[in-house]
Amino acid sequence: MLAWTIYISFFGAAILLLLPKRAASLARCLALLAATSACGIALAAFLRHRTGELFTIVDKPWIASLGIRYHLAADGISLSLVLLTGIVAIAGVLFSWDIDDRTNQFFAFYLLLIGAVYGVFLSYDLFLLFVFYEIVIIPKYFLIANWGSTRREYGAMKLAIYSIVGSAMVLVGLIAAYVAAGSSSMALDKLAGFPFSAHFQMVAFPVVFVGFAILAGLWPFHTWAPTGHVAAPTAASMLLAGVVMKLGAYGCLRVAMTLFPLGLGPWSHPVLGIHSWREVFAALAVIGILYGALVALVQRDFKFVIGYSSVSHMGFILLGLMTLNLMGLSGAIIQMISHGLIGGLLFAVVGRMVYARTHTRELAALGPMNLSSALPFAAVTFVVAGMAGMGLPGFSGFVAELMIVIGAWRAFPVLALAVGFGILIGIVYVWWAMQKAFFAERGHELPPPDPLQPITIPEKIAAALLIASSVAVGLYPQMVLNIIQPALHSLLFAGLRRGGWQ
Amino acid sequence: MSSIQPTYSQLLSLAIPQMILVGTALLAMSIDLLALRRATLSTRSAATAILGSLGCAAAAAYIAIIHPNGNLLGGVLLGNAFIQLLQIAILALTIAVLLLAAGSTFTRHVGEYVLLILMATVGMLFLVATQDLLVIFVSIELLSLSLYTLAAFNKQSRFSWEAALKYFLFGGMSAAFLLFGFSLLYGLSNSTSLSEIGAHIHGLSPLLAIAIVCVAVGLGFKVAAAPFHFWAPDIYQAAPAPSAAFIASGSKVASFIVFFQLASIGFAGAQGSATWGHFVRGWIPVIALVAALSMVLGNFVAIRQSSVRRLLAYSAVAHAGYMLLALTAHTPQSLAALVYYVVTYSAATIGAFAVLSIVEAQTGSDRIGDLPGLSRREPVLSFCLAIFLLSLAGIPPLAGFFGKFYLFVAALQSSPESMPLLWLVILAIATSAVSLYYYLRVLKASYITTPESSAALTSGRVSGEEIPRVLCVLLAAAVVLLGAWPSLLLRPLLNALPRVF
Repeated sequence: MLAWTIYISFFGAAILLLLPKRAASLARCLALLAATSACGIALAAFLRHRTGELFTIVDKPWIASLGIRYHLAADGISLSLVLLTGIVAIAGVLFSWDIDDRTNQFFAFYLLLIGAVYGVFLSYDLFLLFVFYEIVIIPKYFLIANWGSTRREYGAMKLAIYSIVGSAMVLVGLIAAYVAAGSSSMALDKLAGFPFSAHFQMVAFPVVFVGFAILAGLWPFHTWAPTGHVAAPTAASMLLAGVVMKLGAYGCLRVAMTLFPLGLGPWSHPVLGIHSWREVFAALAVIGILYGALVALVQRDFKFVIGYSSVSHMGFILLGLMTLNLMGLSGAIIQMISHGLIGGLLFAVVGRMVYARTHTRELAALGPMNLSSALPFAAVTFVVAGMAGMGLPGFSGFVAELMIVIGAWRAFPVLALAVGFGILIGIVYVWWAMQKAFFAERGHELPPPDPLQPITIPEKIAAALLIASSVAVGLYPQMVLNIIQPALHSLLFAGLRRGGWQ
Repeated sequence: MSSIQPTYSQLLSLAIPQMILVGTALLAMSIDLLALRRATLSTRSAATAILGSLGCAAAAAYIAIIHPNGNLLGGVLLGNAFIQLLQIAILALTIAVLLLAAGSTFTRHVGEYVLLILMATVGMLFLVATQDLLVIFVSIELLSLSLYTLAAFNKQSRFSWEAALKYFLFGGMSAAFLLFGFSLLYGLSNSTSLSEIGAHIHGLSPLLAIAIVCVAVGLGFKVAAAPFHFWAPDIYQAAPAPSAAFIASGSKVASFIVFFQLASIGFAGAQGSATWGHFVRGWIPVIALVAALSMVLGNFVAIRQSSVRRLLAYSAVAHAGYMLLALTAHTPQSLAALVYYVVTYSAATIGAFAVLSIVEAQTGSDRIGDLPGLSRREPVLSFCLAIFLLSLAGIPPLAGFFGKFYLFVAALQSSPESMPLLWLVILAIATSAVSLYYYLRVLKASYITTPESSAALTSGRVSGEEIPRVLCVLLAAAVVLLGAWPSLLLRPLLNALPRVF
């Protein structure tokens, strides 16, 4: 049943392409229908499989002579991310209700992207996973290059190149692992169970990890993220920040770390006081947290503030993965969900609610417009989303960051201190942007000549959906923890437990 | 084993497909000269091209139904499941090229044009069915001479002549190298049979080294590998679209197969090794270097091209580099991977040329800068172009992706413990990541850039392009189908393989 999330999205994309050009409102409704039904299926599966154990959805031979199978399976981790994808997809459609230019093409690419994302989360065969992972690149490129704003062609190409370089690294690692394991199967458990030599793992791990982490915004390979996010149309930047960056993090955990757990172990000779890849990536993650936050602090463009905040938040996920303890890993997964919801919402506020109406994202220009009274709903949403993002109790971000910091404290006490500092800067840049954009001193300039359009109903519904989900996870994290922790305890991560899990 | 006394019936059964083609070629020319004298040019080209395709289809049907097997004179002419599969693939690609030529009006000598295409096909069919130096050389010459003329066929275009002359001069030179290499091989082994030569070669003598380099030059020219690729950009750009598509597809298939057989059977005693940091002299390091050079040069020079055809030419150099990877691995799997790759690559390339030929008929140019508006003017065509180019770039679920994946897997599989070719595979994957950039540039022009004049949006349909349009859609469907279900081609290929080695 869960496989239909993929089929519905692809099928919806095909139908939208065949629609006549004039049928814009029909296209919107169809896209919403496809996104909602996929999300409904995901929700039903999420509620049904409360044990979080791995279950197979489809398993058929595909390329028999190479042992490649069409194998979809899900466990607690993928289920929660699939549900996240469903929610963000609905919100994205609602926030794109105003797209007028080639509406059906826009939603066709959008659904293609969503379908491929579902595919990555549900794939159990790594060949299949890679196929979906690469399919993501093309709709991403066209969404940004066609419907984007500032320097869209540059941003889109940069994003495509970074993605393809990342997936090239992943492909090298996967092919090498497949061949070294006897070229008989690409199934995740078969490859994860194969005893690759420690030397092989030491080399393959960083290649595959970095390949995925490029898409997760790992510093210093994050530079596609701010430009890509800023150039993208609202729905695309919501998807980029909300789910596509999670693909990278998911790949790091699901592929790089499970396949090559010994790659995380200590090196035979420390280099510059660093003892393992684990320390390298943890340090890079913390640099990402601090760097993203500090750079967000000095942006003039509202969307760049959110773009860099994404880099900072993604740093938490990668740090959580590198803690290698249950607390940190669960925190990382909750942070994936949390940032998916909140990052998406922040981009929606800036891109759709503010920019689409004021046609500027300069913080200095937004201030005099007195937006808190002109667009009160936008202001309230941003305040709520900002607070959720900075990790205020009651929101999902709080749970996630707390767990990651505790996990990091056990693994790398020094880095945990730096992370605390990063959280502080996070509060500052959100307050600062909020102040400048919505609550600035009333300027001497005149308000804009024609009054801004009020926030529409679809936008309100979408914002409420995202906030409610974030609050639900924040108030009752057990809902997600109960399903991801059995998954983390499963046999798949057995290698990781041997490879330094504390 | 081979029968010493060849029977004519055996020869006949193996050579009937070629004879069908020769018969069809003569028939096409005489019908064109006699029956169609008063017909319009487009009728004549459509009629002769369709007649030619029917001949190819008949030959393919003969091979598929009769399964001519045999071994004549110790490898002079062979027939087995693998060769049958290759011949059917070559005939299918020829049919695609003939259908592309069905809409062309660049020449009045349509009968001769079809005749030359079929003659070249005869050369290719012999080329994949032999393991004998003499037959290889004669078939290559039959193929090449036909291709030189096909390239020069557009007499109205000065560039077509110029490119063809360049192709001819380079080709003559490379044929000389090839023949010199062959003569040395004969001198070393006193035989023209590849397996005999392989049995006589033990270790690398200086003469053999010269022979290897000469053969690499001669066949490297045929497959457009760097640094023997200089003819390719001009030919791709200036030759008539069907000729360019033919040179880029069917001829590649045949040349790669013969290259593979020569290297893996003929030079079996002097392999050497291309392990990074531990090069051992032999033919493998030579091919590995040519492959590496082709990948890097092809991909990076393609970035700077402004003409789509030239871009395809440089990308062809890069693809030749990937395919040479299969030679360096020289296992049965890598041969299967090579065939899968070169066939799907050829289908995508013919498709791209078909789209370009229609676009050129409308706008008179193949420059990337003149593509904007294509997606609004011709949504189906530009969608097909996107499929072909993304397949060449190796984006799943298109055929090009599986081709690359399988090729790289096969290259590493030759020795899974040490993976001596890992550096070449890494280079190939890295440079193919670069290739997405220039393919996307073309797609960006056709999908995203808004045209400067609104004239680019109105459809300027030219007559006689219905068949190429259908061809585009068929080829695009084939590329998608072979990518989503690789077993369609892979299973028969692997079933046919064991009988080769």
